[in-house]
Amino acid sequence: MGVIRSLKKNFSGFFRKLFNKKNARIGIYGPPNAGKTTLANRILRDWTGDAMGSVSNIAHETRRARRREGVTIQANGNSLTLDVIDTPGLATKIDFHEFMEQGMNEADSKRRAKEATEGVIEAVKWLENLDGVILVMDATEDPFTQVNVTVIGNMEARNLPLLIVANKIDLPESAPSTIRDAFPQHPLVAISALEGNNIDTLYEEIAKRFG
Amino acid sequence: MQGIQMDLLSEDRLSRMTTVEKVRFILDEVKSGKILVLERGLTPQEEASLIEMTMTLIEPDDFSGIEMETYPAHEDTSIMGKLFKKQPKTRLTVIGPANKIKTLRKDRDMITALVSATK
Repeated sequence: MGVIRSLKKNFSGFFRKLFNKKNARIGIYGPPNAGKTTLANRILRDWTGDAMGSVSNIAHETRRARRREGVTIQANGNSLTLDVIDTPGLATKIDFHEFMEQGMNEADSKRRAKEATEGVIEAVKWLENLDGVILVMDATEDPFTQVNVTVIGNMEARNLPLLIVANKIDLPESAPSTIRDAFPQHPLVAISALEGNNIDTLYEEIAKRFG
Repeated sequence: MQGIQMDLLSEDRLSRMTTVEKVRFILDEVKSGKILVLERGLTPQEEASLIEMTMTLIEPDDFSGIEMETYPAHEDTSIMGKLFKKQPKTRLTVIGPANKIKTLRKDRDMITALVSATK
């Protein structure tokens, strides 16, 4: 099965290069509450006038992967059409008590925990079907999380492009340089998806990296 | 004597297993309350499979998942390394039940974890 998938991917990459088709399926990954959906909404609003989904301070607000096809980005005179997949936050543990601490009742917390586990499974499955990943990290948090290490490792093993986004630079405690120092082998753009800071640089990097 | 069992697993022990067998073995051990230290760790794809399988086993009031920590792999920056890009090397990995182990600090070369016998 792995061999067939690998052959399919190689053929698909070959034909894409042959016909110079600038269309890439890009997943937005990261831990819960890093700002993935805020970034997806920003990209969609800027280029389609639409939005991807709702955001919340409670973790695992996004519990199903959401896909928007044909988002055309223009930067530096280049045009690139993306299928953008906003994925649920990856995690190795989900405890319903943490939702209760956020003010949810027990039944709702258990339901959200169940849906969140399904969301993580879906996000992991999507990893195998992408042309590249935007890995969103919270620039106020420690970058050495297992989620970040796993996503980066998977992209490196598949030799697929990865772009790190250090999000939340509008917060005074943000330190994007910590992320840059942690993963110097990959390009990084520091932004605020919420405020739109440095967003044009991100689009230029997306066009360069995934075009 | 009360305590927590910690198993240090050699590279040889896991290298004889398929991905599915490894993931199954790790989760069985962790669900029984053990903490595992894998000498060679897991490949990134195996880590993703482990996360996926862990999610299918989570149950309220019983199993809330795992704490897993691996160092980032060193990149081979030599010309030969870049020319013949190989699978990233895996490194030591610590895995335990989320209710018994907590990562306090992690950087490129060190993992500091707190192990607790109480939930």
